[in-house]
Amino acid sequence: MSLGWKTPAPPAAALALALAACTGGARLPPPPPQTFSAAEIEKGAELAKLADCQGCHTADGGQAFAGGRPLKSPFGTIYTRNITPDPSTGLGRYSREAFVRALRRGVRFDGAELYPAMPYDHFAYADDADLGALYAYLMTRRPKDRPPTPNELIPPANIRGAVAIWKALFFHPGRFQPTPGQSAEFNRGAYLVQSLGHCGACHTPHNILDAEETKKPLQGGVQEGWYAPPLNALSPASVPWTPERVYRFLRTGFDRDHSAAAGPMGSVVRELARAPEPDVRALSVYLATLMQPASAAKGRAAPADHAAQAAAAQPAGAALYAGACAACHDAGAAMMREGRPPLQFATPPQEDRPTDVIQVILQGVQPATGPRGPYMPAFAGTLSDGQVAAIAAYVRARYSDRPPWKDLTSAVAKGRRQGGQG
Amino acid sequence: MSVGAPSRRDALAGGALVVAFSMTGHARAQEARGPQKTVPPALPGSLKTTPWLDAWIRVDVTGQITVFTGKAELGQGIKTALIQIAAEELDVPPQSLRLITADTGQTPNEGFTAGSHSMQDSGTAILNAAANVRMILGQAAARRLGVAADLLATTGEGRFKAPDGRLAGYGELAAGLSLHVEAQPNAPLRSRQGGKLMGQDYPRVDIPAKVTGGQAYVQDLRLPGMLHARVVRGPSFGTELTGPDFAAAQAMPGVVAVARNGRFAAVIAEREWTAVQALQRLQQAAWRRTAPPLPEGRPEAGLSGASQDQVIFDKPGGAGGAKTVKARYSRPWLMHAAVGPSCAVALLRNGQMTVWTHSQGVYPLRGALAQLLRMPPDKVRCIHVEGSGCYGHNGADDVAADAALAALAVPGRPVRMQWMREQEHGWEPLGCVQVGEAEASLDASGRIAHFRYEVWSHSHNGRPMTAGGLVAGAEVDPPFPPQVPRPIPMPEGGGDRNAIPIYAVPAGRVVSHFVRDAPLRASALRSLGAHLNIFAIECFMDELAKAAGADPVAFRLAHLDDPRARDVVSRCAEAFGWAARRPSDGRRGAGFAFARYKNLASYCAVALEVEVEHETGAVKVGRVTAAVDAGEAVNPNGLQNQIEGGIVQALSWAGLEAVGFDAAHRTSFDWSAYPIARFKDVPRSVAVQVIDRPGLPFLGAGEASQGPASAALANAVADACGARIRDLPLSPERVKGAIGV
Amino acid sequence: MSFVLTINGRDHPVDASPETPLLYVLRDDLRLNGAKFGCGLGQCGACTVQVDGKAAYACLLPVAAAAGRRIRTVEGLGTAEAPSPLQKAFMVEQAAQCGYCIAGMIMRAQALLDATPRPTEAEIRAHMQPNLCRCGTHMRILRAIRRAAGLPVEAASA
Repeated sequence: MSLGWKTPAPPAAALALALAACTGGARLPPPPPQTFSAAEIEKGAELAKLADCQGCHTADGGQAFAGGRPLKSPFGTIYTRNITPDPSTGLGRYSREAFVRALRRGVRFDGAELYPAMPYDHFAYADDADLGALYAYLMTRRPKDRPPTPNELIPPANIRGAVAIWKALFFHPGRFQPTPGQSAEFNRGAYLVQSLGHCGACHTPHNILDAEETKKPLQGGVQEGWYAPPLNALSPASVPWTPERVYRFLRTGFDRDHSAAAGPMGSVVRELARAPEPDVRALSVYLATLMQPASAAKGRAAPADHAAQAAAAQPAGAALYAGACAACHDAGAAMMREGRPPLQFATPPQEDRPTDVIQVILQGVQPATGPRGPYMPAFAGTLSDGQVAAIAAYVRARYSDRPPWKDLTSAVAKGRRQGGQG
Repeated sequence: MSVGAPSRRDALAGGALVVAFSMTGHARAQEARGPQKTVPPALPGSLKTTPWLDAWIRVDVTGQITVFTGKAELGQGIKTALIQIAAEELDVPPQSLRLITADTGQTPNEGFTAGSHSMQDSGTAILNAAANVRMILGQAAARRLGVAADLLATTGEGRFKAPDGRLAGYGELAAGLSLHVEAQPNAPLRSRQGGKLMGQDYPRVDIPAKVTGGQAYVQDLRLPGMLHARVVRGPSFGTELTGPDFAAAQAMPGVVAVARNGRFAAVIAEREWTAVQALQRLQQAAWRRTAPPLPEGRPEAGLSGASQDQVIFDKPGGAGGAKTVKARYSRPWLMHAAVGPSCAVALLRNGQMTVWTHSQGVYPLRGALAQLLRMPPDKVRCIHVEGSGCYGHNGADDVAADAALAALAVPGRPVRMQWMREQEHGWEPLGCVQVGEAEASLDASGRIAHFRYEVWSHSHNGRPMTAGGLVAGAEVDPPFPPQVPRPIPMPEGGGDRNAIPIYAVPAGRVVSHFVRDAPLRASALRSLGAHLNIFAIECFMDELAKAAGADPVAFRLAHLDDPRARDVVSRCAEAFGWAARRPSDGRRGAGFAFARYKNLASYCAVALEVEVEHETGAVKVGRVTAAVDAGEAVNPNGLQNQIEGGIVQALSWAGLEAVGFDAAHRTSFDWSAYPIARFKDVPRSVAVQVIDRPGLPFLGAGEASQGPASAALANAVADACGARIRDLPLSPERVKGAIGV
Repeated sequence: MSFVLTINGRDHPVDASPETPLLYVLRDDLRLNGAKFGCGLGQCGACTVQVDGKAAYACLLPVAAAAGRRIRTVEGLGTAEAPSPLQKAFMVEQAAQCGYCIAGMIMRAQALLDATPRPTEAEIRAHMQPNLCRCGTHMRILRAIRRAAGLPVEAASA
């Protein structure tokens, strides 16, 4: 699948750019807030939602954009930075040019490298005008003096200079290319997915050095212990995704033919719920088109529910499920008559790996768009690894036609560590 | 239930049960008090309707004193306050008293425990009844000891003492007396001479059991041989299941019976979990709407129906001020949403139905149940036992009826019936949607010249007086006709409660529009229409103050004559530091509101500060200060608890809540679909100043803070960021929509 | 099926089908009142008990999963006559209205204090987030927790 996907620039050029960036740059004073036009600020506000800047740059309970949220990676924990216009700890140190350079090239105001936890490999594809609007919006937020929390990274990732090597190896941005023959809406969606939306940051597999495998765009990736399923022909969803269903999901975090947004997708939806409708429609059209081959292959087969066979194959899991899960997920439960889908409609039981079923049992689901919406309690504190594994095995057996997952108990232990439920 | 017994641990299963079974066999004299007698109005509180002293207080030969109240403990602390009152007037240790609450087999009929009336009605009755009893016992002691009554003193332990040191105990004195006499209106009040107990923060008598796992609730009742039941219904009021598989449920091991009568059905099992599973099995059936479709779209759509209109305030003249302000306010349908679903235990034995219930009105419930069960009222006994939070007419009465109907199927065995979470959310009566429209003109000096207010509301009183007021009443065959909703007349009012401004207005007019037919099930929710009316008028006062260029507190004071009202406003403003408050900065602000509940009960003012998050519209409440004047404060800490709880609950209503529905049913079926405030949502602090008025009548306070807190929140948001939001709730989306980028 | 439940330090044999939520066994078989039915959905916390030291929803814990684990209910903390420090703090603060949620509140708070004896205001609120109170007793519950933790009873900024 290469619909609208990136056209890489030659590595050498990227290396040269990265090295040039290291030499620093002019530290121009940022413009005062009143110099931004209202229209530009408004456009920036919309783009900030599409990019979910808040999701990463706001700590739990902290001021919006003031940073401090921990992001887990294979190399340790990175704490996001303050992007309010505070002059000493935030964006107040960035001129417009420095800001655009940071998003395009991953270079800090003082010339230091930015860790690729900041998805500049996507933002590099954004228009100058969009980045400028984003700057206008962020520079007109309420400044907050919040010094950075030190990162907790293992060597050599703890040396910022090492990022230059990483960039030389993996950071080769090109320009966004619209797909000829596709609608403007499709291409708008493609642009947003590839650039500010940075969907691939979670949904594209990452290599051992945590770089996106750009040859496998949107084929499914792991982020913060969750598996972000494929958004293309490999989509495992049991009910075909249509533009309308994708739209509903992106807008509300829930679609009655699929399931609820969980894990890191929650904050994405929280922002998309308030983003401009045409943009979310464009995202939906583009993503549904990518997933169309999977949907076509699925045909009209009814989603699986092998209750009796699953109970026979996984009796322990069946009993635990009946006491811990059935009050919401079995026929006759209140949730079932209120339009929350039975589990055979949910994507996690269909996935190749048990990651999401495990994480959703351990961490539960919080409503994406506010206090109201699909919720599931966390079981990390109450069920043992073996018990979670037994339930996962039963769910797989009952609600999918796919082969059983292997090594579930150790997968639960791993899931606990990655999800911070140790 | 007994109070103050050495161990409370088995009070329910032991005490109440023993009483219950002893009551079913033989009637006591007090039970057959006969119809209520109307007596001269000189008697205060509920003595008006039940003047006999022995209906309220009995003293046995050992000196054990038992106090009776027709009111029920709802967690508002009424038991503690009544014990304080009785102990004060009788001059006995409070822990020595037994208190019996609402029980059609034992206590006076005091109607409903509602409308912030318990202290006014029952507190006043017990205060004066106890003073009467002490007076009569004192006269007897004087005769016995041969001393003038005014030379006798009480000892504080249930005895009178003569100047020479001789003693006479209450028990021995009572043995020679009948307390079956009518109260005298002017028995001297001991509390007026500077009592010790009233006015003290006496610890709540029910709290020790509640924090240690003692038996405290009807949910905790365990009777010998008790069965567990669940009622079988569609997802919400106005729906039914279509063809549930009763045979399959009946065939489940452990299911004892499926009780059916018309469309009513309950599954009864030996074990509770079996009943829950059987219910889930039955709920696999499809459902359909049995009532007309609900009006989708705007929540107030139902209010456009035909209305009964009444002018409740009319003071002609004064029109044509210098400046006119007009605004429209609304609140959506709201839920009681107690944390514990409604529950009851019922037992049919020897033709007698006994129901343990957390209903707010055991006597009216008895009448409705007798009709429903087609039994004579004297064969039905309703005993109040505490339930989970009670903020008005919730599912308590309905589940009592469900339990009784189920108990008919298994005579001799007690049946514990509890609703499931989705049943409480789906079937409980709601507080109705309301709209208030205000218009006023200001004169050249910035004072109100004319004030017009109109309110549109459904009923706030669907309490069961007949079987037709119970959910099951419409399900049994033949069904009972539904109760016809009627407005609650002024001065208390229902939808128009607090619709008349308390402020001095030279001219004005207030119209109440009662829209009888409501799309959803409407009844009493804490503070009834006062919530919206106070919200509207108090927001409007801020809008008027703004138009007049006046400070909101000063503007209120300029229109308040009642010195107690002025005092509450000033004290609240002072405690909050209103005058010295930080000016709003586009993000932080402060709000103020005041009301006298029903314009005749407690005075309450609330001031609070908020911080509005610009990016999301989220509103965080910081410091909250309130002042309350509830007349004589029997238990100031209990009063603070009520005001404080009311504020936190009202902020949840005003900030978050709205019942959702589509054409077919309520969609707010659980806490994920009807969220309420959690710990991260509640204020940073709440401080309540009690203005005690010793010697002045008790004024109900349980509902006094709902309206002021809601209005103060909206006023604070407007102050903080300029966004005047007139439709509740003040959700982040609404606030964000109003403030823009 | 037979299970042995270890509750408040004592072993209790119980006979129940394996999926039966612990809540019903505690209430109906062992006649313990503390854990309450509130929603049966893990949304309100009225049924909160401790399992191996962590706060858990008894309404969603199958008895088969509870067997062999350390279960603690509010009855295991203290009695009305000899309350635990946290129970005592709830009494001193008069931290109840209807009180239906309180046993669950105490058990969740106890799990926090066991792990973090002097929590911050933000930690207390975040930890207590799963438990609902409809009477609006939150401010008193918070005061009681602060009191039991030896913190200033009035709120610091969160």
